[in-house]
Amino acid sequence: MRSLPILGCFFLMVSAASAQTVPPPVPQAEVFTPDQIGHAIAAPTPDAGRAVAEVPPDDGQWTMPSKNYASTRFSSLNEISNANVKGLQPAFSFSLGVNKGQEAAPIVADNTMYVVTAYPNYVYALDLAKPGAPLKWRFAPNPIPASQGVACCDVVNRGGTVSRGKYIFNTLDGQTIAIDVKTGTAAWRTRLANINTGETLTMAPLVADGRVYVGNSGGELGVRGWIAALDEDTGKLIWKAYNTGPDKDVLISRDFKPFYASDRGTDLGVKSWPPDAWKIGGGSVWGWVTYDPQLHVIYHGTGNPGPWNAEQRPGDNKWTAGIFARDPATGAAHWFYQFSPHDQHDYDGINEQILLDLPFGGSMHKVLVHLDRNGYVYVIDRTNGEVLSADPYGPVNSSKGVDLKTGRLVINPEKSTKVGIQVRDICPTASGSKDWNPSSFSPQTGLLYIPHENMCMDWMNVQVNYIVGTPYVGAQVHMKPGPGGHRGELTAWDPVRRRPVWVVREKFPIWSGTLVTGGGLVFYGSMDGWFKAVDAQTGEERWRYKVDSGIIGQPVSYRGPDGHQYIAVLAGVGGWSGAVVSGPVDPRDGSAALGMVNVMSDLPKYTTAGGTLYVFSLPH
Amino acid sequence: MCSRFLTSLALIALLCAGGCSNAHTTSQPGDGQVIAGVIDTALSPGLGHSLITTEPQAAAYYDNADAVNQGKRLFQQYNCSGCHSSGGGGMGPSLMDDQWIYGGRLEQIHQTLVEGRPNGMPAWGGKVPEPQLWQLAAYVRSLSLPATLAAQNGPTPGQSPAPIPRDADQDNGWSAPPDTTNDYGTTIKGP
Repeated sequence: MRSLPILGCFFLMVSAASAQTVPPPVPQAEVFTPDQIGHAIAAPTPDAGRAVAEVPPDDGQWTMPSKNYASTRFSSLNEISNANVKGLQPAFSFSLGVNKGQEAAPIVADNTMYVVTAYPNYVYALDLAKPGAPLKWRFAPNPIPASQGVACCDVVNRGGTVSRGKYIFNTLDGQTIAIDVKTGTAAWRTRLANINTGETLTMAPLVADGRVYVGNSGGELGVRGWIAALDEDTGKLIWKAYNTGPDKDVLISRDFKPFYASDRGTDLGVKSWPPDAWKIGGGSVWGWVTYDPQLHVIYHGTGNPGPWNAEQRPGDNKWTAGIFARDPATGAAHWFYQFSPHDQHDYDGINEQILLDLPFGGSMHKVLVHLDRNGYVYVIDRTNGEVLSADPYGPVNSSKGVDLKTGRLVINPEKSTKVGIQVRDICPTASGSKDWNPSSFSPQTGLLYIPHENMCMDWMNVQVNYIVGTPYVGAQVHMKPGPGGHRGELTAWDPVRRRPVWVVREKFPIWSGTLVTGGGLVFYGSMDGWFKAVDAQTGEERWRYKVDSGIIGQPVSYRGPDGHQYIAVLAGVGGWSGAVVSGPVDPRDGSAALGMVNVMSDLPKYTTAGGTLYVFSLPH
Repeated sequence: MCSRFLTSLALIALLCAGGCSNAHTTSQPGDGQVIAGVIDTALSPGLGHSLITTEPQAAAYYDNADAVNQGKRLFQQYNCSGCHSSGGGGMGPSLMDDQWIYGGRLEQIHQTLVEGRPNGMPAWGGKVPEPQLWQLAAYVRSLSLPATLAAQNGPTPGQSPAPIPRDADQDNGWSAPPDTTNDYGTTIKGP
């Protein structure tokens, strides 16, 4: 476990002479075993009940990226099953006209499919009731081209939502737009983010309770993170909460009741930073926002603190790399939990929250399950922010578990990052055990289907100056495969017993979401362009289809106007991990794309940039 | 950008007024024509040879080891590396290949630094001192030099930037790529 910085530099010189080969994997002995991370925790109590999600009956549509507010991404449709999926075949496809990373979920409402592309963020509406799903309209928001220059990790968009006759989405240059689905014209557009300070919008807005919740991207450019709520009908700003700075900006008041003592105090968003560093401290909201209609609460993660060089920002750096529960009407914070206090490894806290009811300690709890970048499956009591369990789902050595008394991540000092020193073999890598791409949950199996990474990294802090609107990173990173050498995994995880049930290995990191269906199948895509279906019980592969480019999108399932089940996904490789194909990036520079190129330099041998909607069905 | 474009268009109009057949001989660099700025396109309507100017200030930064080393330091300090990494790119394009969207000669790179470019390159003119902009341009020009590429040892390029030889940016005119009509420069082999 010891890092050998001086030797490390020597190895760097000799081992990577050919920059287009992928570096050797980190040895298994370099990461902790689950036993080493083990801690006192209540024994699983599966007899007390099984994990369930409270969701409305499935109407066969897919109106929001996460399928429902609980974010299960479970379609109850079961026409396509383990028995017949062999016959699954393309029904139609549609070129998006944009060859950048396509991360969005196709949306289906009222027999129309809506797709938003990567920059320049075209929106297409396709008529599913007619043969070949012809175009109803295309909306071109014409974002400012310069916004591409402040987008950290490809020019992606994670999707829109249909609600009350409008398709609502964000543009890279900082607008939230609601399109009238009948006419294909803008009902309203609101500019929220400012590219001149490094802000962009890439997340999928959540629409709930008459409001649209939007957060900024730009954690690599010294932005100050925020989430805003707009009136769904007018686009007017209702509230805006920052995730750094004084309590009045963070919307922290007397009602704020964090579970752990370390989150209590006045203006911690100022005091846990060097003077004024909170103004450029990150904590953006570029991932998933979730809504609990019963508790009337929204949940959102916060991004990494900036700069990556943690030595320039001593302190816990609140409220970055954590999760907020807020009042959807006012934005007032209910509670907060910090996954990675004083984050040293770019472990954003913005991944999905799946809202479940599950047994813990002998009784049922309302929880949210969060698969964090830092490598742990967090099961958090969503009524009060208490961490019930935190178990690693990938290789971890940057920390030694979570202290469940204090709630604090136990840092491994040997993997702490330093200026001028190559700290080697840090696991997980900067993009985490898992990045933004969301998991799914099946009420049939009680399992989570986690699409994730098996990657580690070398990291050297570099002193960095803040220049408005430019990257504020301060780290030289070189990523590498984790133990075993495969870079991706699909893990079926039992959240009650807190253990993996099966694991599928992938050559490349899995950057697509997963979909699980009532037919007992899990769908996901690989970065080398295979769209796959595996048995939700066993992980056995049942079907695969080669599409025109790597897949990093979110598969969905819907019932067509003909009553049959369809599966849809966008192909088009890119994103942070795929920038070596879709972006203007040179594989000879291992530090390129924030260190991702070092571990992805072989991807151009397997796929090319693309952008195509694929829709599949059984022959009928 | 726009005004320069208009200037060059006006110049072509003047040349054509004097007889387009003479354009070849009257437009060669160094024949007394003074053209403000640096033209960054090889497309020059009506002329058989692209109208390339030289910026006299650039001369001092050729064969200048100090300039590229200062530029290397500034490349970090002004966060150029944040977008272009160690030359391989990321948020911004690679600077170590032979693809130049806005021209790859030293003065063209300098011009890009001064003016910015529409797809995300900020404009640094007036914000960074002129000599530093030239040093930065020199380092960027050096990143794709064969000597700099050959000096790469490990996964981080651009650590030993070679000075720019004076003939590196010499204008030899355009000629078809060897052997092919669509030579993309690099062959990618499958797995």
